[in-house]
Amino acid sequence: MKKFVALLLACLMVAAMFAGCGASEPEETQAAANNSGETQAAAADGSAPAIKIGLTGPLTGGTSEYGLAVRGGMEIAVAEINAKGGLQIDFKAEDDEADGSDKAVSAYNTLKDWGMQIFAGAVTTGSSLAIAAEAANDQIFMLTPSASAVDVAMTGSNIYQMCFTDPNQGASAAELMSQKWPDATIGVIYDSSDAYSSGIVDGFLTKAEELGLNVAVDDAAFTADNKSDLSTQVTQCKDAGCDLVFLPFYYTEASQVLTYANTVGYAPTFFGCDGMDGILNVEGFDASLAEGLVLMTPFDANATDDATVSFVTQFKENNDGKVPNQFAADGYDVIYALYNACVAAGIDGNTPAEEACAMLQEQFATMTFDGLTGKSMTWDENGMISKAPAAVVVTDGVYVPMD
Amino acid sequence: MQILQYLINGISIGSVYAIIALGYTMVYGIAKMLNFAHGDVIMVGAYISFCVTNYLGLPSFVSVLAAVAVCTVLGIVIEGLAYKPLRGTPSLAVLITAIGVSYFLQNAAQLIWSSSPKNFTSVVTMDPIVLMDGKLVITGEVLLTVAACIVVMVGLTLFTSKTRTGKAMRAVSEDRDAAQLMGINVNRTISTTFAIGSALAAVAGVLLCSTVPTLMPTTGSMPGIRAFTAAVFGGIGSIPGAMLGGILLGIIETFSKAYLSTQFSDAIVFSVLIIILLVKPAGLLGKQIQEKV
Repeated sequence: MKKFVALLLACLMVAAMFAGCGASEPEETQAAANNSGETQAAAADGSAPAIKIGLTGPLTGGTSEYGLAVRGGMEIAVAEINAKGGLQIDFKAEDDEADGSDKAVSAYNTLKDWGMQIFAGAVTTGSSLAIAAEAANDQIFMLTPSASAVDVAMTGSNIYQMCFTDPNQGASAAELMSQKWPDATIGVIYDSSDAYSSGIVDGFLTKAEELGLNVAVDDAAFTADNKSDLSTQVTQCKDAGCDLVFLPFYYTEASQVLTYANTVGYAPTFFGCDGMDGILNVEGFDASLAEGLVLMTPFDANATDDATVSFVTQFKENNDGKVPNQFAADGYDVIYALYNACVAAGIDGNTPAEEACAMLQEQFATMTFDGLTGKSMTWDENGMISKAPAAVVVTDGVYVPMD
Repeated sequence: MQILQYLINGISIGSVYAIIALGYTMVYGIAKMLNFAHGDVIMVGAYISFCVTNYLGLPSFVSVLAAVAVCTVLGIVIEGLAYKPLRGTPSLAVLITAIGVSYFLQNAAQLIWSSSPKNFTSVVTMDPIVLMDGKLVITGEVLLTVAACIVVMVGLTLFTSKTRTGKAMRAVSEDRDAAQLMGINVNRTISTTFAIGSALAAVAGVLLCSTVPTLMPTTGSMPGIRAFTAAVFGGIGSIPGAMLGGILLGIIETFSKAYLSTQFSDAIVFSVLIIILLVKPAGLLGKQIQEKV
């Protein structure tokens, strides 16, 4: 018996060793990034200390594509700002694995211990909801790049969003459809266990009814537990004769829908939201399946304006030639929006987080911001953004703006 | 026609469950333990196949063979390191170890292959059979999965009833101590069972990901749990029961999604399971088949 206990303990220790490896990897890179940030900050200007901005997001796990993109975008913005001289930014990202329960809050607490003044996260809605309650309590200003649930912004007056809220995105999708495909028979497949997906569908259905769109299938839902087989939902849309299928969920499941539809020879127009962004980067995914896919994304990496071109070039250089997606652009915009507001309000590394929070709220109530993900963006009193929606079509494996 | 298409969809996912359930039932029948890591061995099998096809550029049947080879070795190693030392301890200890192995495999896969999803290229190149002007489509994956399922089921039944090793497995299943007294090497028999179960898992992984292309470190866990349910449904320990349970589970799931509610399909599936277990506590085929594998 003792031998068994000893063996079990040995196994546990081995397991713990591996677990340790897993956890330390992102921290090391963060530390490296952080160190370089600090050296830049100290070298450029000797006067005021740098502002500490923190981010939490999934740097590992099933949705790490988003977290890594946001971090990549933010690092570019921070490097650009620090190179300019003047106000400096010290940036740190923590992994929350998109886990809204305990990991998100502990990642946030780690950042607070580090001395974070402004919170530029979280990346996913679940984590943001958990952290928003804390941030509202602590009075730390929070501007999330990509958490789109209404509840996030409504948690506190100091919580702001850089992306559309879910119902707003659903409503703009309905408007776009009524302009482009007024006579289409529309089918909706969505994830009823996910706040993002069902939020969009709520806004979409309300607006679609208002606009008189023909929604033939509106209940083809799936949940996190049974999403391994989506053939029934696709068959429902096919049988109802839908020629436009709305897929307001993430690309992981969308690639399944596209693959199955292709196998059974069903070729409607597929219409996705910003969660669809990233589908072309899935390893092993046949991009020809996504041909003609329409998705709403405020950022187009093929745009030819100077800001986008320089951002895309820098991002590719930092990330082994990977093309930045909308999340990277959101992250970049978040840092610049915060920077602009901090400069205007005169916030620096010495301003306590609570004071900075009040000053930033004043700034965001009145400021207008031009960024990569839109021009003349403004925020309402709830912290929700207002900007023009944009959509792209996948043509020959790249995004092309929809006219 | 709609109903036929749903039936085919149901059989398609159901036969994937069935082939996973065969592995569960095999191990349970002989080693009397629930190998909760089975679903994760499936995931490893799918990743091996993905890597061999996509990184080495070898044809898909080679990738299936490689997956089978790796998973067989993995099964023997897991059994030797994690389960064998616990033989004779209460079954709860083994069960918890199995859950631990499951987490270990998932996290190891996350370290090796990262967590971003990969899109598995189907090993089937056959064009789908289109009937009635495209209203009814039978994909090559469905045919292959059903065929594989039947072959595996018949093969396993013959193996356990005809071969010496198979007979030894049945003996161990019926009475481990008596089998040992009759000169059967119990440890080796159980290792062989794990090897066969894990080889099946590799095949199941390739078939699962050919049907549902998203491949992630957690890919095996939900289908694994469903297949376990299917094995209980059909009568755990019974080989034809696992197959019947798997296919029925797939069909019930698809029909409840199609005609009742997509959101409550899980609740419906599991209610049916509970009702059947109340009426037949040993599962559908649990009693008719006296000899357990």
